[in-house]
Amino acid sequence: MGTATRAGIQAPRTRGASAAVPLDIRGGWRRRRHALAPYWFLLPYFLVFAVFWCWPIIDSALLSLQNTRVNPWDWNIAINWRRLLIDRAFHAALGNTLTIMAIQVPVMLTLATLLAVALNSPLLKLRPIYRFAFFAPVVVSDAAYSAVFRVLFNGQFGAVNHAFAALGLPTVEWLQDPNAMLSTVMVAMTWRWTGYNAIILLAGLQSIPRDLYEAAAIDGATPFDRFFRITLPLLKPILVFCLVLSVIGTTQLFTEPWLITDRGGPGGGAETLGTYLYKQGFVSMNFGYAAAIAYTIAGMAAVLAALNLVFTRGKQA
Amino acid sequence: MMLRTIGSRRRWGSWLLTGGLAPVALLWLAPLYLMGVFATLPDYAIFSPDLPLTPGGNFLENLAFLDGTANFGRAMLNSIGIATVSAALSLLLTSMAGYAFARFKFIGKQVAFSLLVATLTVPYAVLIVPQYVLVARDLALSNTWIAVIVPPLCHSIGVLFMRQTFLSLPQELLDAARIDGAREGRIFFSIALPLVRPSMAALAIILFLASWNNYLWPLLVATESGARTAPVALGSLIGLNVVPWGALMVGATLLTLPMIVVFIFLQRYFVAGITAGAVK
Repeated sequence: MGTATRAGIQAPRTRGASAAVPLDIRGGWRRRRHALAPYWFLLPYFLVFAVFWCWPIIDSALLSLQNTRVNPWDWNIAINWRRLLIDRAFHAALGNTLTIMAIQVPVMLTLATLLAVALNSPLLKLRPIYRFAFFAPVVVSDAAYSAVFRVLFNGQFGAVNHAFAALGLPTVEWLQDPNAMLSTVMVAMTWRWTGYNAIILLAGLQSIPRDLYEAAAIDGATPFDRFFRITLPLLKPILVFCLVLSVIGTTQLFTEPWLITDRGGPGGGAETLGTYLYKQGFVSMNFGYAAAIAYTIAGMAAVLAALNLVFTRGKQA
Repeated sequence: MMLRTIGSRRRWGSWLLTGGLAPVALLWLAPLYLMGVFATLPDYAIFSPDLPLTPGGNFLENLAFLDGTANFGRAMLNSIGIATVSAALSLLLTSMAGYAFARFKFIGKQVAFSLLVATLTVPYAVLIVPQYVLVARDLALSNTWIAVIVPPLCHSIGVLFMRQTFLSLPQELLDAARIDGAREGRIFFSIALPLVRPSMAALAIILFLASWNNYLWPLLVATESGARTAPVALGSLIGLNVVPWGALMVGATLLTLPMIVVFIFLQRYFVAGITAGAVK
């Protein structure tokens, strides 16, 4: 190392470029250190990433090919995957998850879009209060709001049934009946996440150039036209982003059904892939089967995310 | 004449919008309000034939019961410590990685970056079983802070956010330091980082919140009553045969209220952190 540096000093000197020499050498030094620097900056993150992301993704696949109900674990390529095909409880959990996804996500994103437009409107007064009302749930922890919704949707004296009774509607066993349980979970999720999506959509709305609307107003466009011909098309990429995030989030839904409906509810009426994974993995300690369920969740998320992207891109073209 | 009609139409529209949104906003605030009210009531009053809408005087009793049954005071301290350390560490890791992606050309950059973006579509559920097998079973680290803090440290959205931030720094500033002979580490810590303080604040808040609210992972690795985080301790009450509703609502309030207060004062940072991934 020392000799190399010295040789480096001498070599240019023979060329006689005295003033430039030290800078040039320092430049070379620096360039080499510069070349290694990015790896040092990445190292801590990617170390944790390798151990707690990359390895688990590989290990999940390996685990799903083992029988983990015997000691020691035994390679058995089909056991968990075959069980997935015939396990009624798994199919019910999958069905519930897809039901929630098909109903809750579109309803929530529609509400979030309308809310974002309202919050963006110059006509709205008391804006800070409204922002607070809808954005505050963003900071509330899953466990806390699940506990609250469990109280509000109590079948006997919950606030929701009080309100139903006051409106002359029949009261509902929200935490007993399967459909009612799913509705409860969906209402809770909508309360928690509508504002979150509205924040993202609002940022999107604010990036739409104002002159587009002014030009449309001069052309005599109605507010209705403006929304469907300017706002919505320009908001689409961000809506797709929200859609993908929501879909991925829903595939692994766990805390809400677990805590609101008491571990997926009586008879598994609100069992989701998330709660079923938890039960198989960490109650029955059947890691292999849980890993197969986890891969199903990941596969579903990947396919749905890809479909969303392809579908929306196709429509745009 | 024309102008006046437009003016009055605007005024009408304004009232219609502001008034129409009011009931919805009240509905949205109701769960938080009732949570606070229920926290001050004895259990029998929470579920009574008339919905209680005003606070009572049972808060301290509920609080004492919560602390006695769920060791909640300890759980809150654990949560504060764990969320602080998690946010600080994660901020460091994501800032360093984001800086590398924004400010250097290097071999493997494209691959590493694609890997990072791809993880955005990986549900956390796929990691949890092997993470548990590794941390709790193979390394036997259950009920330690390391087990709770380290596995969820990676937030690719944080790296993307910091990358975006560092991309906006003027190159001349960093080059000037380089010509002066500063080491890369020094340039990062004493020049680049101080310049992006607002972004770091936004990210720190989001990271703190993510750790503070995390339920599933601590539920798996922090099982002993002294090691539990606040959400896990809260959830443990729901598993009891007779759920102490008032105490449950006190716990939910204690988990929520500090974050709401922070949110009121630092809303700007929350919004910046949440929109980080979406709007480029």
